[in-house]
Amino acid sequence: MATIETGGTTTSVWGGGASPFAIPSKKLGMWLFIVSDALTFSALLIAYSYSRVASADWPLPFHFWPSIVVASVMTFCLLSSSVTMVMAVAAAKQGRVGATVNWLLATMLGGVAFIILHANEWRTLIGEGLRPFDNPWGSPLFGATFFTCTGLHMLHVTIGVIVLGVMAIGFKKGRYPADYVEISGLYWHFVDLVWMFIFPLIYLMSVPLEH
Amino acid sequence: MAHAAGAHAVHEAPTGFIRKYIFSLDHKVIGIQYYLLALVAVWVGMILSLYMRLRLAWPTEEFPLVGGVMTPEAYLSLVTMHGTIMVFFVLTTAPQSGFGNYILPIQIGAADMAFPFLNALSFWVTFLSFAVMLAAFFVSGGAPISGWTGYPPLSAVGEVAGPGLGLGQTLWVVSLAIFCGGALLGALNFIATTLDLRAKGMYLMRMPLTVWAWFITAILGLLAFGVLLAAGVLLLMDRVAGTSFFIPGGLVISEQIISHKGGSPLLWQHLFWFFGHPEVYIAILPGMGVVSQILSTFARKPIFGYRAMVYAIMGIGGLGFLVWGHHMFISGMSPYSAIAFSVLTLSIGVPSAIKTFNWLGTLIGGRIRFTTPMLYALGFVSLFVTGGLSGLFLGQPSLDLYLHDTYFVLAHFHMVMGVAAIFGIFAGTYFWFPKMFGRMMNEPLGKLHFWITFIGVYAIFMPMHYIGIAGHPRRYAETSGVEYLGSLQPVHDFISIVAIVTIAAQFIFLFNFFWSLYHGEKASVNPWECTTLEWTVPSPPPHDNFGGHSPVVYHGAYEYNVPGASQDYIMQTSPEKVTH
Repeated sequence: MATIETGGTTTSVWGGGASPFAIPSKKLGMWLFIVSDALTFSALLIAYSYSRVASADWPLPFHFWPSIVVASVMTFCLLSSSVTMVMAVAAAKQGRVGATVNWLLATMLGGVAFIILHANEWRTLIGEGLRPFDNPWGSPLFGATFFTCTGLHMLHVTIGVIVLGVMAIGFKKGRYPADYVEISGLYWHFVDLVWMFIFPLIYLMSVPLEH
Repeated sequence: MAHAAGAHAVHEAPTGFIRKYIFSLDHKVIGIQYYLLALVAVWVGMILSLYMRLRLAWPTEEFPLVGGVMTPEAYLSLVTMHGTIMVFFVLTTAPQSGFGNYILPIQIGAADMAFPFLNALSFWVTFLSFAVMLAAFFVSGGAPISGWTGYPPLSAVGEVAGPGLGLGQTLWVVSLAIFCGGALLGALNFIATTLDLRAKGMYLMRMPLTVWAWFITAILGLLAFGVLLAAGVLLLMDRVAGTSFFIPGGLVISEQIISHKGGSPLLWQHLFWFFGHPEVYIAILPGMGVVSQILSTFARKPIFGYRAMVYAIMGIGGLGFLVWGHHMFISGMSPYSAIAFSVLTLSIGVPSAIKTFNWLGTLIGGRIRFTTPMLYALGFVSLFVTGGLSGLFLGQPSLDLYLHDTYFVLAHFHMVMGVAAIFGIFAGTYFWFPKMFGRMMNEPLGKLHFWITFIGVYAIFMPMHYIGIAGHPRRYAETSGVEYLGSLQPVHDFISIVAIVTIAAQFIFLFNFFWSLYHGEKASVNPWECTTLEWTVPSPPPHDNFGGHSPVVYHGAYEYNVPGASQDYIMQTSPEKVTH
């Protein structure tokens, strides 16, 4: 009664294999990682808000064109990639390997498009004189917070694209179960969600209000 | 579900020396690794404090290894590194990562942690962090002088502000950032393990209080270390990328104008203490768990108010996130914020008092066995109460304005979260040593060690309350030069002499530890007649803990002296019926 032996491995003894909270450890682990990572991003965004409120000369350098339009396109790329990620998870659960891989590739495409647009935006801003320690418009903390928040987010997107690539290959070869696709999906949606805070706080609130 | 929860935990027993003892995935080996890391760290931290005491008592003497008479800056670097090493690599590492790793999976009936690889990774990341921290001693300029709290602008502006603030401070920040990574991996693992890998019948409200303490501590770590990581990244950017997150404009340091502008040192204080206050509970909660376990075992009574104990742990953990502002009363914060932080701070006294009275309630009427672990557990309660009471003074802004940054604060936190947590570690060591290493520690030596240490720490820290109230600031290397401090010098002399004796007494522990490893009396499966699952397996337990099967749990963890039972304790795995 004490144990259920299946093929040499001891499975959960919680009456029939379902774990106590009906969540496999790896998925729970990803949720917990997301919680801690959310705290890290929260701290950065609070640092941004704090610095902004405490500065008398906070600049508002972003204009509707090109900054907000480009950032909106980037947002569109990321949100679309979340949709394709949902499709990938659904396909994986149904065991459709080819469709899963294709949806994962589409998701990666959205991520890569985001990274390229973002990198180009950084390049333009650096060309206009924005630095982590200086800018021509006002408080030097604008650049510091901008590069820190968007940089860490871009790092997350980049890692996400790599993880999805590994998932696509592993799932195709049958090394990873559908659950793993879902777990990497959790990460991907989280990274998108972080952007949904960065976009209004750092972009929309940096548009000058006159006219 | 295709992947059963327990399946991850099963891995083959390793053979070669390296896979077995160095890069092991076994939670027991990793727990011992963490423990030994903390043991090395605590000796480093203690030697640093010895030098501080030498400098304070004999400011003009020369001592070996420091190159002549110690400068005030050298004293500050000792302060900084003592605090950092003790808080991170001892108080965070031993009680949670050391004992938690070793004992938690066994106490819940699991074969290993949920993520064995991440577990090993978290240890080696912590090890790397410790190596980077120690490296700060050996670089140009030496170790940083900005204190364990690393307050900017001192920690942010670089070498211009003093020795050790160049590469030494950078290594300090990098080390803490790495430590955060290891701590987050560990926390995630503890939570997943506790939720997913419990044996059949191990309901949440049957878990030993040790498991509850480790579990809640892991949640605190998960929420707190991410914020320290962010703060560390920002500080590092200020140091190496030229940003000014924490550096205000118009600073003149050592007659040089600092070019940074726009930042706020208070931002660091908020971010740091949002981590820093939960951190003190990360240090003390595991000790509370261990003490609850030991008091119940050696009083031969069920723990008084088990549920209240669980809720008190949760209450302390939850409130711990809402009180960081009490470290910043003198920062110029609004008096209204100060009142809110003060009320929340004082309300932590409620769950703390619940725990204390429950410990006393456990002791009343018990047939107490005064073993060494029991003495240390009682010492913990005493120190926690003594240190906690001075917290009620410091939690009030009106008193804190005067007492802030004096020796009174030093005395408070050393009592309540420093030495008390160390006593929790000692209690755990004497208690679980038989399980971890298969031999008993020597009892007479243990008791000698306890009495010297117990009297010693009171003799060290009680006078610090006095000189604190007399207005002695922290971090001063000497009393000369300030007239009213000169008259306090005899107190410093007394403290230093007691400290030397107390530190010398720790060799008794070290000798006992290593002597008992090889020559101690062989331990039986359950030498303390305790009820929890780790006492059902051999000492030390085999690679997969339960020999391939999972135990089934029928009782809570504290069934001592049950009326009508066959013996004076009932194991959690015993199917014997209990009627309450």
